[in-house]
Amino acid sequence: MSFVDQFTRIERDKLLLALYSCTAVEVERALMQPEGNLRSLLALLSPAAEPYIEEMAQRSAALTRQRFGANIGLYLPLYLSNLCANECDYCGFSMSNKLKRKVLNEQELAAEMAIIKSRGFDSILLVSGEHETKVGMDYFQRVLPLVKQQFSYVAMEVQPLEEIDYRQLVEQGLDAVMVYQETYQAATYAKHHTRGKKQDFAYRLATPDRVARAGIDKIGLGVLLGLDDWRLDALLMGHHLDYLERHYWRTRFSISLPRLRPCTGGITPKVHLTDLGLVQMICAFRLFNQQLDISLSTREAPSLRDNLLPLGITQMSAGSSTQPGGYQAPDSQLDQFEISDERTVEQVISQMRLKGFNPVFKDWESAWIAC
Amino acid sequence: MLTIAGVEFESRLFTGTGKFSSSQLMLESIKASQSQLVTVAMKRIDLKTGADDLLSPLRQAGVRLLPNTSGARNAKEAIFAAELAQEMLGTQWVKLEIHPDPKYLMPDAVETLAAAKILCERGFIVMPYVHADPVLCRRLEDVGCAAVMPLASPIGTNQGLVTEPFIKMIIEQARVPVVIDAGIGAPSHAAHAMELGADAVLVNTAIASSASPIEMALCFKDAVDCGRRAFEAGLGRVQTQAVHTSPLTGFLQQ
Repeated sequence: MSFVDQFTRIERDKLLLALYSCTAVEVERALMQPEGNLRSLLALLSPAAEPYIEEMAQRSAALTRQRFGANIGLYLPLYLSNLCANECDYCGFSMSNKLKRKVLNEQELAAEMAIIKSRGFDSILLVSGEHETKVGMDYFQRVLPLVKQQFSYVAMEVQPLEEIDYRQLVEQGLDAVMVYQETYQAATYAKHHTRGKKQDFAYRLATPDRVARAGIDKIGLGVLLGLDDWRLDALLMGHHLDYLERHYWRTRFSISLPRLRPCTGGITPKVHLTDLGLVQMICAFRLFNQQLDISLSTREAPSLRDNLLPLGITQMSAGSSTQPGGYQAPDSQLDQFEISDERTVEQVISQMRLKGFNPVFKDWESAWIAC
Repeated sequence: MLTIAGVEFESRLFTGTGKFSSSQLMLESIKASQSQLVTVAMKRIDLKTGADDLLSPLRQAGVRLLPNTSGARNAKEAIFAAELAQEMLGTQWVKLEIHPDPKYLMPDAVETLAAAKILCERGFIVMPYVHADPVLCRRLEDVGCAAVMPLASPIGTNQGLVTEPFIKMIIEQARVPVVIDAGIGAPSHAAHAMELGADAVLVNTAIASSASPIEMALCFKDAVDCGRRAFEAGLGRVQTQAVHTSPLTGFLQQ
């Protein structure tokens, strides 16, 4: 049993029609709902909600402030490897791209961690391309204990694994897994994933179920905005989130809303998501789910990131590198994608404080879990 | 005066440290509240380096710290958190919080009772955060808890005393101090809880998330004082019908 069973029963065309035929009355009804539901989410993501975005933003800001206070959690990605056995036409790590491939060894990992620690971070996201043989469970089991010695909260964004693998990693202290479906529209998914295991749409879709059954603290969902109709992708992600929350009541969830960024050999987005659309999506998800972590990466520009702070964001990265070894020796040829906010963490924090937010580096105690 | 585990408190308002926009604002709000017991999440303290922007200002302010086990999802994790708190902060006081449900953050009665029993046996001063369950509160007393902390409504919701009928039972039966925790969203809620006879209230979100936390802290201080004084003065009975000032049976006295 996984979300795949439920997903196959969702009638995509009906949802699409409902999204684009939604009326202002339905949006107003959704805004009156104190608790979010999928029907309200549809209305709030629809074009009919655009005139209500200021009202949505006000409510989203108030709900976020009440639930999370002034806190914004800070984390950094650490790229373990850019090796990849997939062909995804939007990603700089795609196997056919001619770029220097690298897997961090233990010394290089230690050097990267030392730099990230020196900047004050205690929450880290380990990222790798998807290469099962060279960067698989053996490698993860070797590096995870080293990372856990230094960081309280460790998340991973790597290839989908089996439940038993996740169980082993959780036992070693893994706290969160990010697994983005990229798009919930199977035909579009097939078009962009042309080689490798990532072609298996259903296996990826069932991954959060396997992660949750392994007893992880948090699961991150995401769609790559630009691959297809963003309203529909966001709504289907909402269905996924709703299913997961109902089935795995002990698990926390986060979402990421990355917009397609330029990369080596990358494609032009099919759909352009405007800043207005991004704001609508953030607010719609906050009104849908008050306890959801919403994460914002350095893909977005500094001024936009600063302005999005009060609208529902709870997690941010700052001063990121998107390449293996990039904190120690930046080399733009190795990037997964270009980042937009190149400010240092100090600069980001000072803006946060000016806007009345409290940067939080530590909000977890891994020592308890290992007890 | 309120006494918990032999320690006297002049203030019956306990406060929290989360959700403030800065440590400075947190500190000033706590000072304004005149709270003498302040809860702090162990998960926020950097145990590895010991350096922390949360602890040192609180210590300088001279308030008693009540470490809490927020983030713990079962008894085992909570016990470990309490032991860490003892080691790091040198206190045996602990606010025992176990909420495995990330949505409503409802406390887990089963795990809380199990953890409370072990911690009490190990000499901790245990103040468990629980649902407003009168039977559970008695069982927690039985295992040696120094106080009970039933919720007024879901944490952080500002809904006020949704659990009032059960809070009344807990207050009526309790042999240890009853601290109403979670959901108190307005000074009037705090005053009402004190009028019911609660020994203290713990307020965080309503102060920290206010547009003016310092001013709000002052309001809560006044409300708690006022509610307590009203309780001690003795509130009149609530009736549904008017009471005749000229009694019908007065002639019997003539």
